[in-house]
Amino acid sequence: MIFNRYRRGLFITSFLAAPVILYLVYVISPYIQAFYIAMTDWRGVTATPTFIGLDNFKRLFSDGTFWKAVTHNGALLVLLPLITIVIALFFAFLLNVGGAQGTSGIRGSKFYRVVFFFPQVLAVAVVAVLFQQVFRPDGSGMLNGPLMALGVRPIGFLSDPDVAFWSVLGVMVWQAVGFYVVLFSAGLASIPRDMFEAAQIDGAGRVSLFFRITLPLLWDTVQVAWVYLGILALDVFAIVWVMTDQHGGPDWSTTVMAAEIYRNAFQYFRFGYASALGVIMFFFTVGFAILSLRLSRRERIEY
Amino acid sequence: MPNTPHISRRELLRGAALVPVAGALAACATPAAKPTASSSAAPVATSAANPFGMADNKPLEVWIFDGGFGQDYAKNIHQPLFKAKHPNVEIKHNATKEVTKVLQPRFAGGNPPDVIDNSGANAMDFGALAQDGQLQDLTPLLDAPSWDDPNTKVRDTIDQAVIDLGTYDGTFSVLGYVNYIFGIWYSQKAFRENGWEAPKTWDEFLKLCETIKKSGKMAPFTYAGKFPQYLYEPLLTMAAKIGGAEVLVNIDNLEDGAWKSEAMKTSTTAWAEIGAKYLMEGTAGLDHVQTQTAQNKYKVAMLPSGSWLENEQKTTTPADFEYGMFPIPDFGSSDKLPYGTLHSQPSENFIVPSKSPNPQGGMEYLRAMLSKKAAGDFSELVKTVSVVKGAGEGRQLSPGAESATKAFAAAGTNVVYYRWQTWYAQLKDEAIAATGELMTGGLKPDAYLERLQKKADEIKNDSSIKKYKR
Repeated sequence: MIFNRYRRGLFITSFLAAPVILYLVYVISPYIQAFYIAMTDWRGVTATPTFIGLDNFKRLFSDGTFWKAVTHNGALLVLLPLITIVIALFFAFLLNVGGAQGTSGIRGSKFYRVVFFFPQVLAVAVVAVLFQQVFRPDGSGMLNGPLMALGVRPIGFLSDPDVAFWSVLGVMVWQAVGFYVVLFSAGLASIPRDMFEAAQIDGAGRVSLFFRITLPLLWDTVQVAWVYLGILALDVFAIVWVMTDQHGGPDWSTTVMAAEIYRNAFQYFRFGYASALGVIMFFFTVGFAILSLRLSRRERIEY
Repeated sequence: MPNTPHISRRELLRGAALVPVAGALAACATPAAKPTASSSAAPVATSAANPFGMADNKPLEVWIFDGGFGQDYAKNIHQPLFKAKHPNVEIKHNATKEVTKVLQPRFAGGNPPDVIDNSGANAMDFGALAQDGQLQDLTPLLDAPSWDDPNTKVRDTIDQAVIDLGTYDGTFSVLGYVNYIFGIWYSQKAFRENGWEAPKTWDEFLKLCETIKKSGKMAPFTYAGKFPQYLYEPLLTMAAKIGGAEVLVNIDNLEDGAWKSEAMKTSTTAWAEIGAKYLMEGTAGLDHVQTQTAQNKYKVAMLPSGSWLENEQKTTTPADFEYGMFPIPDFGSSDKLPYGTLHSQPSENFIVPSKSPNPQGGMEYLRAMLSKKAAGDFSELVKTVSVVKGAGEGRQLSPGAESATKAFAAAGTNVVYYRWQTWYAQLKDEAIAATGELMTGGLKPDAYLERLQKKADEIKNDSSIKKYKR
């Protein structure tokens, strides 16, 4: 028996070894290497970097631009999930149980489902280029054109440092909402219809239907959405890099951690320093993941 | 990989199985171990016809930045010329818009190509390359006989500025091939038809802006708002005119308070006024092509740019537009540098990596590029001004190139330049960010200079950043 069990263990292990080794080589080892490179002065073009200990990390603490980036990531971490989830919940509710009878979607919900999901299909780079044109600050801009026709001064959506961050946030929400509408719709579909019907018969309106039934029963899905969106907020890069002026400007008003890593690596050729920023970002992300998993531990509602 | 030996499937599998995990771990992202040096072995003797001792059967790998000038000039002008003299050298031509992405890993891997046109927004940092000893010393090229005449050294056929600006740490290692000439660009036709005249003093410039604004026909001034480096260029040039070339030398050398000099204050204040009063609506959000196209559509009268402008805009410029360029106007009677002073510097930078397989061939390629025929054909093709002396003689020039060439000739020795933006990329980015703010009123001139001084001091005190002097 023991021998058999041992052989079976060996059999299973031999199958697991390959993926484990692949994982070690391609997932774990780059992390370890990044930690090592973070402690060198590597500029990316030499074969022999010098070990400089924690100098890069010391430098990092007085890097004003990086801390601006951290602030922006922090703001996104709070605002992006909040706004996206609120809007997505509202839409999902309307699409599924918001209709007049209270158990089906509003009129045209099939059409809206497609419309909401459409941005999700577009590549981030496409979205970024698209919105560059939407936000153009002259008469050719989709938003500023009508404004100027009405005699309003054009808004510098991407060129005014006070506005640019909100424009980026807006685009991110625009792109993310569709996916969460679908996610919440799936969640709603698994809630038994009779619950809504029963509540309706008891006289619940749309508002109490939403807050008393929909939201509590969707809570698990909302938490998942929160974690996903939080990670999206921490590693946002492409939209900022492609859409904003000076890749995170104007005047650093939209820069994010990933953009600073890229800038330091591929524009300043400070790969060592960029790795140090990457290590810090790694801890931010891991910290966020642990924290959100801890906080979201909660009894499931059985139905 | 030119010499990949034939490997059977069995050998490949065995090899793959034998690669130790540790080896694979080490090979992933860290810098590769230095391969055995191949460049030092150059047993071929040098001669007048072959000044660098290039082996005449070694292939040559060339990478061209495929930007404003395209890549045709390399394929159709330079390479045939090189092949004419060295028919046995196989040239492997490549072009890219993203120099860094393609070539940086090759440097890190120890097998860079032989010639690189390291230009464009995504060029590799010269400072990093120089600091790591990746750049071939091109002094032998300067001392070699020129392609055209065995009795003339290459050194004497090119502008001195090429040598000054291509020198890193006392070693000439970067060859700028094009003379960028900066100024304010306008349509000679529009100016003629409206009776406007290119201003010679700042007062005239302000009056002209006022006249154009009042005429209602077009906006007076714009710049590539998304890329404010287009604006700090005239700002710095004017500061040099007011306070002398040392204003820029001090900034380059990170001297204490260099950004806050009196000349810089005057110039900054003057340009901030242009930002507040005379900019085309929406300037801050438009890029260089959008603003230049607005000018081609007669929506704006003037913008600062360089001598590449005409070639860049050739598809949108009306046939009778007639580009013209005027130098930065005199600020006052006490200017240190006379009217006509220009900012000009060689650019479109070619390098030969020192650790490439065939650096001798790389230098020979550059020598071919610096022949009068190659340079002349090049400047005619891409409408620009070559660094090779007399290369433009007897050639048909377009109106913009002619205007720039004339201004350059008139300036004589009154030419200024700055190098801090290539030496200190962080300072450049800060200047870009701050200049945008200055022009849109978010930063007052004093705060602007304060901020740039602070960044310059930060760089000066950062031991990890290599410092340069000129």
